[in-house]
Amino acid sequence: MRFYAALWLDYLKNYFKTRMTYRSDFWVEIVSDLMFLGMNLFFVLVVFGHVDRLGGWTLDQMIFIYGYFMVPYGIFQCFFNLWNFSERYIVKGEMDRVLTRPVNNLYQLLLENMDPASLFSALAGLLIMAYAWPRLGVELAWHDPLVLLLLAAGSVLIYGGVYIALTSLSFYTDAPTGILPLVWNIQNYGRYPVTIYNRAIRWLLTFFLPFAFVGFYPAAYFLDRDDWGTVALMTPVVGLVFLAVGLFCWNRGVSKYRGAGS
Amino acid sequence: MTGAYLELIRIRFMTMLAYRMNYYNGIIIYAINIGAYYFLWQAIYSGRDELAGLTAGQMTTYVAVSWMARAFYFNNLDREISNEIRDGSLAIQMIRPYHYLVVKMMQALGEGLFRLLLFTIPGLAVALLLFPVKLPADPAVWAMFFVMIGFSFLIHSQINMLTGLCAFYLENNEGLMRMKRVAVDLLSGLVIPVSLFPGWAETIVKWLPFQAITYVPGSVFASGARGADAWQALGLQAFWCAVLLVPIALLWRSARRRLFVQGG
Repeated sequence: MRFYAALWLDYLKNYFKTRMTYRSDFWVEIVSDLMFLGMNLFFVLVVFGHVDRLGGWTLDQMIFIYGYFMVPYGIFQCFFNLWNFSERYIVKGEMDRVLTRPVNNLYQLLLENMDPASLFSALAGLLIMAYAWPRLGVELAWHDPLVLLLLAAGSVLIYGGVYIALTSLSFYTDAPTGILPLVWNIQNYGRYPVTIYNRAIRWLLTFFLPFAFVGFYPAAYFLDRDDWGTVALMTPVVGLVFLAVGLFCWNRGVSKYRGAGS
Repeated sequence: MTGAYLELIRIRFMTMLAYRMNYYNGIIIYAINIGAYYFLWQAIYSGRDELAGLTAGQMTTYVAVSWMARAFYFNNLDREISNEIRDGSLAIQMIRPYHYLVVKMMQALGEGLFRLLLFTIPGLAVALLLFPVKLPADPAVWAMFFVMIGFSFLIHSQINMLTGLCAFYLENNEGLMRMKRVAVDLLSGLVIPVSLFPGWAETIVKWLPFQAITYVPGSVFASGARGADAWQALGLQAFWCAVLLVPIALLWRSARRRLFVQGG
């Protein structure tokens, strides 16, 4: 355990050394990340310039949902960055290097691709929530910050589980499948109240690719506890289930791995 | 010389064709994106007939057509150029008897044509099946639209070139490229038609070239505008296309003298 923590620290140092070589670019990247999230917020603001409610939700509620969404999203981006896995590790054969080392292979991969710059998005999300909260007129119970922590952790696990499972597909096919960008786009559905979608999409977002649990459901816990509280509290459970599925797929995939032969 | 440039379009088209499998899931991705915005706009319109001059039906068409036009004009010219600057292969390209930037443009066109034939058209067919998109019947509107997305391609590629050429000065312009992509998606009117922007934002956008990429052709197509309005829109695109040539020429001239290859 201590060894793993020390390793984490070393990788973190390494990350900052690499990134600070191109210092200006590091900041530009953070700004562009925030711009991307700001773009979606701008969308909501523009829409509410023309309507009062969206599927029954007010502007402040929508902003709050979006703020929540940014928190697990930013944390996920920081710790589960497996986007180029197939290209870098399978096609170029770097997976062999990872597997010969005496540390859990997935842990190594996550460390190598850690991206702390993304945490700024999570921070911005917290600020947005803090801004929207007093305007919502809902009470702040003493345990709410703890619940938030629990729900956000659940959301991150869902993200992690889904993307680990999908990334493990790279062990079976040589060519990048393109399924990852597909799911990446479905995730956009989770930012808005699921009540605006039809039944099929709602079902998809709740049970199959549970992206409603990374944005809307947990956020709704704070907005409308009577109607959404129970569903929202399922978030950590769903998170654990999907993480388990992800790890199972991953370990099966690794045992199937034969190397690119290069 | 023209023959050589045309050949470049053909080669890129054939290269893309060789990897066409990668593109089929792209059609689904675009359908997902269109779907997300379709449902969102449905919820936004619920109970009202029009917003900022667009009816719900026109909005659906606008969303579908904007995304499909994006499939045509979108390319990674910025990344290609900055990669070639950084790995030094640009030095070789420069001593060859052609104009580097024209070559890049032709390759991008080959890619664009590939996407138009194998992506935009089947993608639009899928969108027609899934969502109530209404396409205009008038062939004149279609002809105008195709000319306009031609300009969209030119303007977007020019912006990409500018971003890519900044690698001469920035060493690593990953962040800048991301920023540009966000700016294009938002300010071009892809996610929200510019006419819905609040007044101050609309004023800013009106002075920028981005709206000429998506909003201008999309709104002409969705509203079925013709005559003076359509010509004016086309004129705006031509204007931006010409204006953007200036910074590209300046950047290219000054940058050539400071090519510095990082570990090439």
